[in-house]
Amino acid sequence: MSDNKKMTIIATKGTFDWAFPPFIVASTGVAMDREVTIFFTFYGLNLLLKDTSKLRVSPLGNPGMPMKMPFGPEWLQKIDFGPKIPNIFWSLPFTEHLATYLMKKTMKKNGVATLNELRSICQEFDVKFIACEMTVDLFGYSKDDFIDGVEFAGAATYFDECDGSNHNLYM
Amino acid sequence: MADETLDASGLNCPLPILKTKKALSKMDTGKILDVISTDAGSVKDIEAFCNQTGNKLISTVEESGKYIFTIEKA
Repeated sequence: MSDNKKMTIIATKGTFDWAFPPFIVASTGVAMDREVTIFFTFYGLNLLLKDTSKLRVSPLGNPGMPMKMPFGPEWLQKIDFGPKIPNIFWSLPFTEHLATYLMKKTMKKNGVATLNELRSICQEFDVKFIACEMTVDLFGYSKDDFIDGVEFAGAATYFDECDGSNHNLYM
Repeated sequence: MADETLDASGLNCPLPILKTKKALSKMDTGKILDVISTDAGSVKDIEAFCNQTGNKLISTVEESGKYIFTIEKA
């Protein structure tokens, strides 16, 4: 395995939608015979929590997000409510829950893997998960908040992981 | 004839690739795996996967919205 190509990812986003790209790219990387390390820092730490059910997607200030119904008659499912709903609506309580619920429904309907499923596959594929020790302390997390198999280290360790890697992504 | 068949129907990117990888890792060199997918993106992706991993894509067949990939394990 040592002559494998290497890839590293820095994961910095902690919303439900942005939790997917690091795990998708990492698991696919291993499938394509890469050795992959993900360094989770700042809000990216959310992706390593035992409980990911609190991750949300917000349409607030997110005009690129299509808002289509995952159920109902076909004509209704075709309507993009994104540009039709005033952005101020999304600052109301529980709208994030609604948007997250609808996104999960849409994903399920489209056969997209769940977050926990993708993360488990990454672990099964031996993707190395490193949590940034500094932000763990900064945000007041306890190491028990995170799933098993996570290493805790700093930026210098990330550079060590980059050694020999020709594919380093910031997400 | 395929030695193993993987039905990835209804699954979307990157699951067909991940499941193909898992299925191949349990097989011996020279064995044949058929992958069935409904994800149109997997046509290019399976080709790229085989390209990168050295497994041989023997054929791609499209049949009423389903794609059948025949892969020989390297």
